[in-house]
Amino acid sequence: MINQQPFKLTIASGKGGTGKTTLSTNLAAYLAEHEEVVLADLDVEEPNSGLFFNGTLVHEEDNHNMTPNWDESRCTLCGLCQDVCNFNAIIQLGTSILVYPKLCHSCYACSELCPENALPMESTKIGTLRDFQMGKLHYVESQLNIGEEQAVSSISKTKRYVANKYDNISIHIFDSPPGTSCPVMEATKDADYVILITEPTPFGFHDLKLAVETMQTLKKPFGVVINRDGIGDDEVANYCKAKDIEILAKIPNSRKIAELYSKGELIYPKFPEVREALDNILEHCQSIKEGRTV
Amino acid sequence: MKEIVVISGKGGTGKTSLTASFAMIGGTDVVVADCDVDAADMHLLMQPDFKVSEDFYSGEVAYINQDNCTQCGLCKEVCRFDAISVHNGEYIVNPLDCEGCGYCARVCPTKAIINKDLLSGQLFISNIKTSSQMVHAQLGIGSDNSGKLVAKVKDQAKEIALKEQKDYILVDGSPGIGCPVVSSLSGANFVVLVTEPSVSGIHDLKRVYELVKKFNIKAGCIINKADINSEKQAEIKRFLVDEGIEHLTDLPYNENFTKAMTMGQTIVEYEQEELTSILKEAWEKIKQLTNKDKIEI
Amino acid sequence: MKIAFTATGKDWDAMIDPRFGRTEYIVIYDDSSNKLSVIDNNEVKNEAHGAGTATSQRIFELNPDILITGNGPGDNAAKALEQMEMKIFVGAQNLTLKQALEQYQKGRLKEL
Repeated sequence: MINQQPFKLTIASGKGGTGKTTLSTNLAAYLAEHEEVVLADLDVEEPNSGLFFNGTLVHEEDNHNMTPNWDESRCTLCGLCQDVCNFNAIIQLGTSILVYPKLCHSCYACSELCPENALPMESTKIGTLRDFQMGKLHYVESQLNIGEEQAVSSISKTKRYVANKYDNISIHIFDSPPGTSCPVMEATKDADYVILITEPTPFGFHDLKLAVETMQTLKKPFGVVINRDGIGDDEVANYCKAKDIEILAKIPNSRKIAELYSKGELIYPKFPEVREALDNILEHCQSIKEGRTV
Repeated sequence: MKEIVVISGKGGTGKTSLTASFAMIGGTDVVVADCDVDAADMHLLMQPDFKVSEDFYSGEVAYINQDNCTQCGLCKEVCRFDAISVHNGEYIVNPLDCEGCGYCARVCPTKAIINKDLLSGQLFISNIKTSSQMVHAQLGIGSDNSGKLVAKVKDQAKEIALKEQKDYILVDGSPGIGCPVVSSLSGANFVVLVTEPSVSGIHDLKRVYELVKKFNIKAGCIINKADINSEKQAEIKRFLVDEGIEHLTDLPYNENFTKAMTMGQTIVEYEQEELTSILKEAWEKIKQLTNKDKIEI
Repeated sequence: MKIAFTATGKDWDAMIDPRFGRTEYIVIYDDSSNKLSVIDNNEVKNEAHGAGTATSQRIFELNPDILITGNGPGDNAAKALEQMEMKIFVGAQNLTLKQALEQYQKGRLKEL
């Protein structure tokens, strides 16, 4: 029986600006020429993928965090809530209890331990999820409101939305935030395969090593795409070879590509080398996918 | 002693390369603080000697002492982060998923759970090739980047700047708009915004500037790779005028930046012509604007 | 009148700490006794999260009439300070406590 679960491909990188969004948008659009695809932008602080598409808004909803709400009528000012909170998200100022939803990690400790049930948990809006459609491409983006800290909950919410709404679409592509901290862990932990995209420069190399460590910690299968190939040196390529890391594709360095990107345009329609790179990537993903079904 | 913070919102605009260049130009006037702690890169250009290194602790992680544990399962019940699971009959906390809220420790009937301080990274103090110092750090994988490490790096840099009587602290700020950026901006006298004339660059510039506005800090902007899109460049310039942000300079798209980087050099060491003179001028402007913000005494 | 300063040191020649949440010290000046008292805020400074809210609580307990600081409190702290109806004066960064007091008295600091 062939496994019908959607294949989850996540594009990540250690360093920002190496081409995650360029790759995810071009890959998604390319695939969407022939089949239904979902692209979700999980870089909730600075989602950019949508700038490359002209889709129609199909659905919009709030992203929430559950946070405690002070019910003054029940409170005896015992101060246990402040004591219990490890994040300074609740403080007692005289006869008032102040809650800081932005600092709340939604652990529910204060709410559930309050002897008077004076802190029921309620939804606070922290951002917005938008779902767009352009032909066969479905594009989902979540944007965190400025000043909100809890990226992880937005990311997991977006993943759940995609999993529920698009379980009939066979490939889900996720654009991860850059770096290696918790939002990246959340974005990549459920992936079937992760592509780490980097540039062949000292910064790209250094940050790739951090990203590789992250993938190894999460035990995720991954491969590397080298973007702006030719601009720097061979350190990245040599490293991948030495560590037996698959290089899925190399996208050439080109000022013309940079110019196209700056206009918010897709690259592959005008660059056969990029198209070829995308083909290589998709072929590799297909073999991973089939490996699963055997 | 003034604090100049360089941020970009979007990654890949050249923030670190430019900060390093200013560090070279500023020389011994400047103490450098690399606050891009999630993926710190300044050290690849500044030749630091990692003279001092310090463990950095942030937050807590729960730990279950199996000797006292009665396997009642209450901890697993209350944990909202699915961080506690059972293996071979033993209750174990997965440190990667644990948020350090302390709820499980509070409810454990046999007090078998303790909250341990979490080793989150490392902080370094180095002598760098300008004969000045740099404070930098590396956050551990999967760590909570709350802004505390950023604050620590800056504090340490301040301490050094005061002791050595340096005029400026130059901060390579964090990307994005979250707490690490807020922490990077907190206490700044001047903000340098590095951007590029692209749809993404403008989008992220506007978002990060909203944060800067909240802190009421004077700002200037450098448009990097300015000539790849003249329409977008003009759009940025209009935005700068509308918001009262000083337009510091434009830098042309030039692969010498990367060539220099592969040799462990900043552009001002690699070539001494066009780019270096633009950057030297920009640095003078930055210093001027930074020092302008002073109340008459 | 009690005035609270965010400070990097413990006396009149100390510099104002431009930050609020992670300020090193809170210095209180009581003009009726002409005395300075210093509260070490390093414990809060070292908190991973919510330094702003924790420092606000300290201010609440100290109950000054006005607060003089540098860049101003971040969002979270601002909320608490507003609740207390605290008068906040900003713009004192790069001044010593003594200079900051003078500027305040001359009406040169901006009230939030």
